[in-house]
Order: sequence, then structure tokens, then C-alpha cells
Amino acid sequence: MTMTESITPEVTTREPILRARNLVKTFGRVVGLDGVSLDLYPGEVLAVIGDNGAGKSTLIKCLTGAEVPDSGELYVSGEQVSFKRPQDARAHGIETVYQNLAVSPALDVASNLFLGRELRKPGLLGSVLRMLDSKGMRKQARDELTRLGISTLQDVTVPVENLSGGQRQAVAVARAAAFGSKVVVLDEPTAALGVRESNQVLQLVRDLRERGLPVILISHNMPHVFDVADRIHIQRLGKCAATITPQSHSMTDAVAIMTGAATA
Amino acid sequence: MTQQKIASPPSSKKGDLAEEFLDRQTTLGKVRQALHRYPALSPALVLLVSVIVFGLLNERFLRVENLSLITQQVSVVGTIAIAQTLVILTAGIDLSVGAGMILASMVMAQLAVDNGISGVIALFVGLLTGLATGAINGFLVTKFKLPPFIVTLGTLNVFVALTLLYSNGATVRGSDMPDLLTWTGHTFPIGSVRISTGVIVMILLYLVIAYILGKTAWGRHVYAVGDDKEAARLAGIPVNKVLMSVYLAAGSVLAICAWLQIGRTNSASPNAGLDLNLDSITAVVIGGTSLFGGRGSVWGTLLGALIVGVFRNGLSLAGLDVLYQTLAVGILIIVAVSVDQWIRKAKS
Repeated sequence: MTMTESITPEVTTREPILRARNLVKTFGRVVGLDGVSLDLYPGEVLAVIGDNGAGKSTLIKCLTGAEVPDSGELYVSGEQVSFKRPQDARAHGIETVYQNLAVSPALDVASNLFLGRELRKPGLLGSVLRMLDSKGMRKQARDELTRLGISTLQDVTVPVENLSGGQRQAVAVARAAAFGSKVVVLDEPTAALGVRESNQVLQLVRDLRERGLPVILISHNMPHVFDVADRIHIQRLGKCAATITPQSHSMTDAVAIMTGAATA
Repeated sequence: MTQQKIASPPSSKKGDLAEEFLDRQTTLGKVRQALHRYPALSPALVLLVSVIVFGLLNERFLRVENLSLITQQVSVVGTIAIAQTLVILTAGIDLSVGAGMILASMVMAQLAVDNGISGVIALFVGLLTGLATGAINGFLVTKFKLPPFIVTLGTLNVFVALTLLYSNGATVRGSDMPDLLTWTGHTFPIGSVRISTGVIVMILLYLVIAYILGKTAWGRHVYAVGDDKEAARLAGIPVNKVLMSVYLAAGSVLAICAWLQIGRTNSASPNAGLDLNLDSITAVVIGGTSLFGGRGSVWGTLLGALIVGVFRNGLSLAGLDVLYQTLAVGILIIVAVSVDQWIRKAKS
């Protein structure tokens, strides 16, 4: 914590949108998180990097309600919260794109965008007969994809399983961006993508920041991280080894901290 | 000159090959994509072809009385297959639907006849019994995290035993029952055709369930849970609640089916309908619903039930032994699942 303050003094004066304190998570005898703290400030891109098994995914799952930490505190805009399910985090405006994409292959693009929070028709059709507003959802889905500049997806009635990896990723990111009111979390969003599609996703991340939406980005790809991140949280052996900025450290430094060859 | 000679033939040949390849993509590929998008299309085609073939084989087949008979023969299995479709859409399977249905029908009949309770209350308690069988399955699947196959294999035996214990193995005749319980067996004329009320009840149930599955958020969630449970959970769908509600819905449907069974057979027998456990799965599978979950529709199931009914009726009109009907149904199942596998490989 002192490290964060010493490196980026200008942001610590603001209240973090998301604050985690001393998160601990164990799986049987394996310690996934060993007292990790993290702050996310408005309008920043915070990258989380670390070697395999360093606790990146566990950290993200605890922040987004996919896992319940054994101990530790979470605050959203200063208010203490505890997430038991992904819905709890979503209710607080935290949207996540998981590494395994979390899209339903057989459902179409529009259904996936609205999965779990479908729109109903106005009037008695919606309230009594619970009828879905398929037309409205398709239209909003198209609008959202256009707004995000995702032009390769024209037909929102195509089942997601018929899309390429990049297009599926775009659907998942669009869903998070459309509904995330406070935080968007992206877990390895470029891992399965080609160069051009990766750049599109990185541009999407910048656009989200532009809109004032803070982003947590988990990635293995150092150039991507150093390209878009404002601050970088480095996980090592279940702990936060350091929080650095692309200005204060080089990629080589970051890798050295990640592997334990150096300290910040 | 030599260069041209060498250069030109391969290029033209290449073009032909590419065209041929594209052609293959557009004909067979298009068929596959269409089947992929509309899962009820292939059973609809099978039904159409089988009706035409049996119609040509025997002129009695296409008479309205015979077609009306087929719908009545199909009404019980067609209804219980709705319950089966719901469970299979969630990537589960329910081996106990037939046993649960018979248990509910025995409760209805015996309460009314042996205990002299009024038809309305007997029917109501019977319906609750059917609902309870679904609730037990749903509870075991969601709370104990047991595979649906194991749960329903267990409850199948439990329900069969309970039915025999409760009824002492005795059949209750329809003529002893209050009129309400056998109401589903009544027929009324539409023009020259006689339609049974049971068939109308079945069609209404199909309309209701098709609406719920296709037009409500709950329906989407059923498909999403069957498609990829973890993705559904991460998307914020309460997976266990959806599963529980599916088993409750299946219980309600089989409870209504118990009423249809009494009307159709004009009796309630503890030894009837055990074939229905597997026959319902047959209808679902032939109807194009995937056993892996997340794909299919109740309309496909109705077509599947009709196909089985048409085959049985058509083959018996053709004078073939019952064994050949069973043989034909067996082959149909294998063909249907093969087609399903082939369709699932389709990519646009």
C-alpha cells in the first residue's frame, strides 16, 4: 500500500471506486490469495500481471463474485460489500469478461448480450404474460455493437457458436461495456485473438477509459499491458509483489518482479 | 509457349476444384445449416414422408377416423414427452416420468373410488402427487448435486414400488370413477371427425410450454443452463433455481398426463405405462432435441411422438407384427441421433 502511494501520489487523493483489503482464499491446502489488497481509481486502466498460479484469476474471481474469499474486505465507492454470487457484483456495477468467455454457444448474439437481464415487452404482455421484447433487445444489441465500433458483427440473430474467437470476445466485451456502470474487468481478453482483433480489443479498453469507466485488465501480454495500462499490479505467489506504472518501470523490470528476480 | 502450357492447365483446374468445393458447401452445407437453425425441420420432413408412404401402402391409413385414432394414441406419450423435453433441454434426463405419472393416476383413481372422495379433490391431490414427484427429482439434482440419470433411476424404482404398495396391484375401472376423472377420454365431433378432449388438453399444453420456452426469459435460461452451465452461472443466471423449476414444471405436466392416461385407457392400472419412461425419451430424441442439452423444441417432440404413432399405426395396418414396429422405432432412434450429431458439426 505504501508502495502505491509513493509511486502515484496524485491518484491516491481520490476515493477508489473498488478497494480490496487483505483478501485470502485457500483451496484445500493450496493458498490462492495470501492477503492481497488492491485499489482501482476512477478513469484508470489497472493491469494485473503475474506468472501462472500467482493468483491473478483467483483475485479477479473474488472481486467479481465468482469465488467467495475466506477473509478480507471489499469496498465499492467506499461502501463495504460482500459478493456471494456473480449477480451481487453485477448489482454493484461490476461487469466481467471471463477468460472462458462465458457466452452460451447455442444462443444468438442479442440473447447473449441480455442473458440474465432480458427485457420484457411493455404493458400486460410483459407484466402478465412475461413476454420478451426480442425486437427491442436486438435493436439495442445492434446499437451497442455499433457504439463500440464493432462493425464485423452485423447480424445479431446469429448463434454465437458460428462466430470467430474475436467476434465472440467482442460480444462478451460489449455485454460488459453495455451494463458495467462502475467497473469493467477483462480476464485475458486478447489471449485467443489475432493481431488485428487484439488491437480492436485494446482500443475498446481505451474507449471505456475515455468514458470514465475504470478497467481491470488481466493479461500475459506485456506489450499490451504497457500499451494501455495506467498502473500495473504484479501478483507473485498469491501476494501483490508490487504496483508499478509503465513510466516508472520497464517491461524487463516487470518480468523480473513477476519472477522474483527483483523487487520494486 | 512452354511456360503458357505449363501455367494454364493447373490454374484452370484449380478454379474448377475451388468451384466444386464451394458448390458442395452451398448444397449440403446449406441443408445442414437450415437443420441446425430449425431443429424441428428434419422430424417434420420425416413425418411428411412417412405419412405419404403409409398412405400409398394402405388407403385406410389416410382416412380421418384413422388419423383421429393416431392423435388419441399419441396423446399420452405426447404429453409426457413435454416433461421429458424440459428436462433434456437442461442436459438432464428423466427416467421416472412414466412411473411418477402412474403413481399420480392411481392416487386420483383410488381416492375417488376406494375413499369416496369427490372427483375434484381426488384430481387435485393426484395433480399435487405428480408435482411432488418432480419436486423430489429436482431437490435431489440441485441439492445433492447428483446426476439426473442416477436420481431418476432411483426414483423410478421408488415410484413403481409406491404405486404397487398403494394400490395393492389392483386396477381401478373407469366406470367406477367420477365423470371428471374420465372426462379426458370423452370425444366430441368436429365435422365428421371425433376429437377426444385429451388431445385438446395435449395441444393446449404444447402451446403453453412452447410460449414459455420461446418467449420468456425463463425459457432462455433453460436453454442457457443446458447449453453451458458454467457460462450461465457467470452470466448471472441462478442455475439451481432454473433446474428446480424445470423439474417442478415437468412434475406438473406429468400430473396432467396422469389425468389423460385415465381418460385414454378408461382405467387406472399400476402396471400400465412403464414403457412411457423410455417412449418419452424416444419422442424427444426423434424430435431433434439434443441429449447434450440446450438445443431443441417442444414442437420437435410433438413431431417425434407423431412419427412413432404413425409408424406403429401404419405398420400394423400393413399387417406387420408388433415386433416390426419396435424394430422400426429402434432404427428411427439411431438415425435421429446420427442426424443430430451431423447437424451439430455445422458451422456457418
